[in-house]
Amino acid sequence: MPKLLSGAEIVFKALEDQKVEYIFGYPGGAVLPIYDELKNHKSIKHILARHEQGAGHSAEGYARSSGKPGVLLVTSGPGATNAVTALTDAYMDSIPLVCISGQVPTHLIGTDAFQECDTTGITRPCTKHNWLVKDVNDLSRILHLAFEVATTGRPGPVLVDIPKDIQFKKGKYKFFKNTLKKKLNGKATHKISNSELDKFIDLIKKSSKPIFYTGGGVINSGPEASKYLRELVSLTGFPITSTLQGLGAYPGDDPQFLGMLGMHGTYEANNAMHDCDLMINIGARFDDRITGKVDEFSPGSKKIHVDIDPSSIGKNIKVDLAIVSDVTTLLKSLIKRFKEKNKNFVNSNKQKTSKWWEQIGKWREKRSLNFINSDKIIKPQHAVQRLYELTKNQDTFITTEVGQHQMWAAQHYKFNKPNRWMTSGGLGTMGYGLPAAIGVQIANPGKLVVDIAGEASVLMTMQEMSTAVQYRLPIKIFILNNEYMGMVRQWQELLHEKNYSESYTAALPDFVKLAESYGCIGIRAKTPNELDEKINEMISVDKPVIFDCVVDKAENCFPMIPSGKPHNQMILGPEEEEEISDEGKVLV
Amino acid sequence: MAKSKSAYSVPGKIGKIERHIIVVWVDNEAGVLARIAGLFSGRGYNIESLAVAEVDKKKHISRITIVTEGTPQVIEQINLQLKKLVPVHKVADFKRGEKDILFRELAMFKVLGNSKKIEKVKKICKKFNPVILDKTNKSVVIQVTALRAEIDKLALDLKSLGLISTSRTGAVAMTKGSRIFN
Repeated sequence: MPKLLSGAEIVFKALEDQKVEYIFGYPGGAVLPIYDELKNHKSIKHILARHEQGAGHSAEGYARSSGKPGVLLVTSGPGATNAVTALTDAYMDSIPLVCISGQVPTHLIGTDAFQECDTTGITRPCTKHNWLVKDVNDLSRILHLAFEVATTGRPGPVLVDIPKDIQFKKGKYKFFKNTLKKKLNGKATHKISNSELDKFIDLIKKSSKPIFYTGGGVINSGPEASKYLRELVSLTGFPITSTLQGLGAYPGDDPQFLGMLGMHGTYEANNAMHDCDLMINIGARFDDRITGKVDEFSPGSKKIHVDIDPSSIGKNIKVDLAIVSDVTTLLKSLIKRFKEKNKNFVNSNKQKTSKWWEQIGKWREKRSLNFINSDKIIKPQHAVQRLYELTKNQDTFITTEVGQHQMWAAQHYKFNKPNRWMTSGGLGTMGYGLPAAIGVQIANPGKLVVDIAGEASVLMTMQEMSTAVQYRLPIKIFILNNEYMGMVRQWQELLHEKNYSESYTAALPDFVKLAESYGCIGIRAKTPNELDEKINEMISVDKPVIFDCVVDKAENCFPMIPSGKPHNQMILGPEEEEEISDEGKVLV
Repeated sequence: MAKSKSAYSVPGKIGKIERHIIVVWVDNEAGVLARIAGLFSGRGYNIESLAVAEVDKKKHISRITIVTEGTPQVIEQINLQLKKLVPVHKVADFKRGEKDILFRELAMFKVLGNSKKIEKVKKICKKFNPVILDKTNKSVVIQVTALRAEIDKLALDLKSLGLISTSRTGAVAMTKGSRIFN
């Protein structure tokens, strides 16, 4: 007869068997038995956040930078509701999270008890699946299933809600492995057929204006996927562009890379997407920030879509060849088959795509990421470029908040490795970057972790600086401070007759003093000529730093596709701004 | 029309709307219906009718029949999204009007009236497997099984004969012949 364990013991036993090293959380009444058990499990370290949303984003940063699932432990009621933003963020960006929440004792469920909420009801639309555990003997099965659902197929968050009495009750523990046999939620069991591969290769061979369009699926598939992607791109000699989430899967400084695409993507990437005759989408989902006007999206192209999630295929854009597969698996077999018959493809095909590359060269000459620099005031783009130049020689991890600074970071910081870029793309959560940086630093001790931030975003989760100081995590918060919610201000300038309604933040804190009050280092840069020195100072400090980079308040983020327009109608800079239509205002 | 500069995309062309019957086999566990219904409301799909009951007591499998409307693209999404749910075992999808599929809805009508009127009621319902469930000298409760449109028409016809209450189920479906849903 196996030894009976309490629910709380079962939780830790399952975490140990899942090889969990860190949990991010915040205690409270309904989760106390689990916290009580923490001391008996030395292999698991708890990171105390200052707010459950912070714990959630930290777990996301940990997961994104390490490839392992992030684990989150919160109490009932407000603990669970505070975690909802992080869960939704992880759901949108396909980040594996396992959230364990306390719940009021089973006999009090439904009585509006203190700190009770319908946690599984609230989190149902923002998790892949969730469970309310009503019998302690189900607990170990559910916990292991939770890890499996979170990490297989298209990854995402799950939640296990455990009432307090279940945490005390004794039950049996069993390690369940691969309980989930479902094809669509498990790793895709779909075997790629040779005929699919041959169709793929045939389209590649016929194309004279091809482009690779890759996304977060390549990152999620693991570092192998990036390796194979680089091999395939080099085998074909085709140009490649990436979504926001896919940055780093292909080297950002490679000549075949056209930069990011989409609303704030480069002129060459967007025009190539519009004019291509073959679009090879690997692990991206035709998001509305990518496609712009769907009816006029890349009208003349054949489209191939590789995605692990069948519901992502055909959702927004119809494609000619759909392959449901993990990226690594597909690329591996595709490359093998491609090499068998096309030994010298790049050279023999050079002629065919030479005009296309010529055209791309012309688009590149527009230098769409250019900006007018200044020697008096720090331009935000310049700040990101300097940060890149001064950190590119070490293995640097970048997180961001959401807004202009995020787009400038994506445009001007060049990533060469996967899992080095953590940003909230789908949900667009201001306040993501600082706690995410904490999780990244936990997973990557000794590495340089920088949160490229805006002053408005970072104030949303600023309390987590206290966490960074407590665990001696030397994260660098690089704030591009323009005193505005910059992206809101930009839209108001372009679409709302410069009526800057509530987008200016008066009474900002003094970030240097704020840093000091948290017990970390505050640095301020006000002019371009002191910038490099100050950035170097930030990098060399082995403590958390808040860097207040005072930048041009009026700078806008270009290029930009005004939505409702196809890819080939971008605004390149302020001189091209057009009259604002009433329809535009309604839709924003 | 002036071109929009909105940051969001403008709606594209809308395809032809079709009516489909979607049958879903699920684990009969707490919250499963909320998951299905939430998926429909959350993604803006429409549920016209819903019928659900456990069909396998041993394995705790429920069979849910949903009547919905949408463009072919939306219907495909509904199928794919349903299949992603953890408690969903399989999904079958039929276009309304497919020949080898049977559909039925059940309705109960309560009609007030004298015996003459009640005789008329029985006559009108004759084609639809009528069963008298309850009868007094002033009222009758009659059960029929038929297609949705037929029940709609019956309800309309019975109005003048003293129909005071209607209760009806969602549609259930089954294949003809020896074939079963795979």
